[in-house]
Order: sequence, then C-alpha cells, then structure tokens
Amino acid sequence: MGRFHRHSDGTTHDHDHEDAPLGSFDPAHDHDGHDHPHDGGGHDHDHTHEHRDVGDHSGYAETGRSRVAVLEDILGENDRVAAENGQALARAGVRAVNLMSSPGAGKTSLLKRTLAILAPTVRIGILEGDIATSIDADQLEGYGAEIALVNTSKGFGGECHLDAVMVRSGLRRLPLDDIDLLVIENVGNLVCPAEFKVGEHAVAMVYAVTEGEEKPLKYPVMFRAADVVVVNKIDLLPYLDFDLDKFLANLHAVNPTARVIQASARTGDGLDEWCSWLLGQTGDAAESQP
Amino acid sequence: MHEMSLCEAIASSVAKLADGGTVTSVSIRVGHFRQVVPDALEFCWGMLTEGTNLGGSKLVIEQVPAVIECEKCGAETRLDMPILMCEACGSDKVTMVSGEEFRIDSFDIEED
Repeated sequence: MGRFHRHSDGTTHDHDHEDAPLGSFDPAHDHDGHDHPHDGGGHDHDHTHEHRDVGDHSGYAETGRSRVAVLEDILGENDRVAAENGQALARAGVRAVNLMSSPGAGKTSLLKRTLAILAPTVRIGILEGDIATSIDADQLEGYGAEIALVNTSKGFGGECHLDAVMVRSGLRRLPLDDIDLLVIENVGNLVCPAEFKVGEHAVAMVYAVTEGEEKPLKYPVMFRAADVVVVNKIDLLPYLDFDLDKFLANLHAVNPTARVIQASARTGDGLDEWCSWLLGQTGDAAESQP
Repeated sequence: MHEMSLCEAIASSVAKLADGGTVTSVSIRVGHFRQVVPDALEFCWGMLTEGTNLGGSKLVIEQVPAVIECEKCGAETRLDMPILMCEACGSDKVTMVSGEEFRIDSFDIEED
C-alpha cells in the first residue's frame, strides 16, 4: 500500500514500498515537494538533497510502520464550532463579549454593576460559565437580563474553561432574537479559557490589582487575547504595594494595543467607561471595528 | 490544566484518520507562547489513550521557539519572555513569526 510521508521542509508525498526490498532505502532523504514512485531498491534523483533524520525509513522495514501527515490545528474542531457560534450570533444580531479573568478578580461583581446600569435600556444576555454551582448566575438574577448557566461539571468533564461546544449548548437556551449584547462569563482561570475561542466578537479581561504586576508576563496568552483589560479593585490601591505603572508596562509589553479601563466594581469607578466600551460593541459602531 | 482537553482533541483527530489502525507515535508542534506543559500533556496522553488503538503510543512534542520580526528594522528576535520588543532597535511594532503553533504534524501507524 502507498505510504504517506512528511519531510522536514513541510512537503508530503506518497510512494509505494511494496515492490522494494525492505530495508534497502536511504536512511533519510529530503524532497522538495514532488511525488515519485520508489520501485526497486535504489532511486536516483537529478537533484542534490540534504539527508536529515525526518523521513527515516529504516525503522519501518522491520515494524511495518508508516507515517501519516496530518498538519491540522489541534483546536481546529473547536475553532470550527466557534465560527458557527459566531455566525448564529451574527444572524440574530447579537454581539458577544468573552469575559475572562482569574478566580476572584471581580467578573461577577463587575457584571452586577453593569447590569444595574445597562439592563434597563439594553437587551443583555449572560452566558454564565462555572465548573459547578449556580452561585454566580443567581447573583445576576433580577436585573432583567436573560441568563443561561453552563456548569462544566455537568456533561463537560468539569472543565476549567468554556469551549465552543459548551457555549453552543448555552446559546440554545437563550432567546438570541431578544438580545443585543451577550456577555459570556468564562470560568475563573487565568490560563485555559484563553486557548479556546467560543464565537465571541471581542475579548474582555478583568484583572485585579491584588494579583501582582507580573501577571501579564506569566500568563501572556490571556493578556494577549484581550481587547480591553479592566483593572479592577483600584479602590484598594492605597493599601497595597502594587505598582500600577509597572503592571501597565508589563501589559503593554505583551499586548501593545489593549485598551485599559481602571475601575472598581465596589465603588463604581470606571463603570461608565466600561459600559461605553460594551455599548460600542453593539450596533453599527461595532461593524466597523476590527 | 486544560491538557486533558487538548489530548482529547489530538486523540480524536488522529483516531479518525487512523481508522482503527494501531498508532505507535503522534508528533505535535507546540509554540513557546502556548501555555501547555509538555509533561502534563504526556501524562494525560497516556491516561486518555489507554485501552484504545492509540494506547501505548508516544506523544512526540516539538517545541517551537517564539520569534518576532521588527516592522521597522526587520531584525528577528527570539523571545524567552513574552515581551514583544525588537532586540535591535527597541521598537514594539513587531509581528510574531513563530511561537503560537499548536498543531498535529503526523502520526506513525503499524501496517497489517
């Protein structure tokens, strides 16, 4: 049967080993992207090539192994579902913001304040992601927002993040036609949620000044993904050794274009700016944004 | 922390293509800026694939260095820390050349 090989230059080719005496191949060879049959033991090329260890066939002679090239993104399936989610949201005229942070940074407190301000005039949906419990979702009840809870412990293996399939299941429980702005409150976690697109149009991050200045350097994937970073709990600054300028420099180093909003979900500082940013994600204004 | 999900994604793609054949190793490429712990990935891989046609297969992880290219002076900088700044001229107008890869390259399968 034909064997599929991948070479170090990224090219692949099929060739037949059946007619060839096993073990008689060059131990390694590098091709420049062409197909050719290897009938017979030796083979001649009218070009020179380097010998590398990729494409080593010597092991296959005894074990009968072959190499199959895949060249697929590991999260390709997630990204496909995320794109479908994004299309479903767009069809319903919903703009979605993926809200991420470490646990305790203040996502839910910020959302409570946000709903108090925006829910009377804007049709808001919340997709609440948590490993277990409805504690956060319960806190957001009573403001007039549509809320769907996704517990990742129920049928999703207790995942530490929302992925596109989980969000799809949450979207099916929301009346998308009655919503203009959807906030997806991700599982509190500074690492994993950033790796999984869910179909959002923008990524917002809440970061609390109690977390330390170095976090952007330690968790660059999430800080790099964020369109806006809400620097929360600034009412605590007088009581901390936190160096805000150093944090902002670290954030700039990993994500030079992120917008920064200093806020306190406790006092309400910065909430107007945050709500304006959210509103800017909806309607015609959002269409022209990257 | 999400290594198990990642292994599930890898195993699912490979299992589809392997079509029941015995897989002996799977090669993946992970960029330096991906927050993936290779040891955790290998551990999860062993657990997840046990008893399947991928059981006992080796997960070969090639780590790709993070490299940026300066839009101003064209210099390339290899990064250890995720500080997106050109080493040569100090500009932060840079583009990522590599370091965010996360893909399955190939797998080896035993033939009947």
